[in-house]
Amino acid sequence: MLRRRPSIAFLLEDRPPGLLAVSGLGSCTWDLCAIGDDARNFCFVGAMGQAAPFALGLALSQPERRVVLFTGDGELLMSLGVLATIATRAPRNLALVVLDNESYVETGAQPTATAGATDLAAIARGAGFPDVRSVTASSALPELRAALREAPGPLFAVLKVAVEDLPLTLPHSLDGVTAINRFRDAVLSRAG
Amino acid sequence: MEAAGEIDWHRGIFEVLRVRGFSLAAHVPDAGHAPLIRMCEASAEVDCVTLTTEEEGVGIVCGAWAGGRKGVLLMQSSGVGNCINALALPAICRIPFLTLVTMRGEWGEFIPWQIPMGQATPDVLRAMGMLVLRVERREEAAATVDAAAALAHNARQSVAVLLSQKMIGAKVFEEG
Repeated sequence: MLRRRPSIAFLLEDRPPGLLAVSGLGSCTWDLCAIGDDARNFCFVGAMGQAAPFALGLALSQPERRVVLFTGDGELLMSLGVLATIATRAPRNLALVVLDNESYVETGAQPTATAGATDLAAIARGAGFPDVRSVTASSALPELRAALREAPGPLFAVLKVAVEDLPLTLPHSLDGVTAINRFRDAVLSRAG
Repeated sequence: MEAAGEIDWHRGIFEVLRVRGFSLAAHVPDAGHAPLIRMCEASAEVDCVTLTTEEEGVGIVCGAWAGGRKGVLLMQSSGVGNCINALALPAICRIPFLTLVTMRGEWGEFIPWQIPMGQATPDVLRAMGMLVLRVERREEAAATVDAAAALAHNARQSVAVLLSQKMIGAKVFEEG
């Protein structure tokens, strides 16, 4: 079982300047913020289910950049249809990294469907993702880190992570206008 | 089919979107939008994304704007209800958001199941903070979409244009 924050930190280590990150509500947003504030991150603090569609729109508008979505099993389960939409449109620069702890940690660690019969990697495969990876050990993280930066997407990776009680780290601003303006400026002002 | 000389309002809307630099159309197909969708698909300037459910279109259009691209969500009134919580994203971030909604359940509707969401559509959109414009006449369709696009992208608003069922024409089902 992986630990979520060291895993994300490892995947983003020596981050290429053009790599854009999106995080879904809620633990993944706290994780990304805990690792370090960065204007190239857009972190959802609401609109559950919208992180993957947002990442798709971003990837389609910035085809020369890598776009990596970090989200949880609960957030993704709310909008599974988007996996079909992404696989059909198939942007080569988009990767989804799902931190699957099999529970809704924010609301009291109730089990999600992945604690039982549901297999997100199988769903992604069925939706048509050409590159689907299940990661259960940190030894597989270096290969995933390289793939997030170079491998033709769309890529879907499920990381089985432990349920942890971690300190809440909020984004630099909870104000949506401030957050999106900063992110958009960072996206549009940087070269490749 | 349109008679010769009648206003091609779908073409008018397409031209407005093209001139204003929209390059992404996300849609759940609807017969009322079908000619516009065909024009988008045939255009090299427009990326067409078929959705499994309308709320995906909210995130896609917002993500596209964050990346510097203008998008529009095309849907039927029944899809508006699917979008409600997703509309928090453009509302709270004040992301320019434009949707064109073909109306059902309001004018000669044959299918009673279309009526609840059709009747609730303007109230639901306004309840989520959206500006709502309405088109009743074909000659006003292009100008209204142009005004809505300006509101969305110049004034950073979420704007819906409701294309009335009266204008589109109620679906006719032959008996037998």
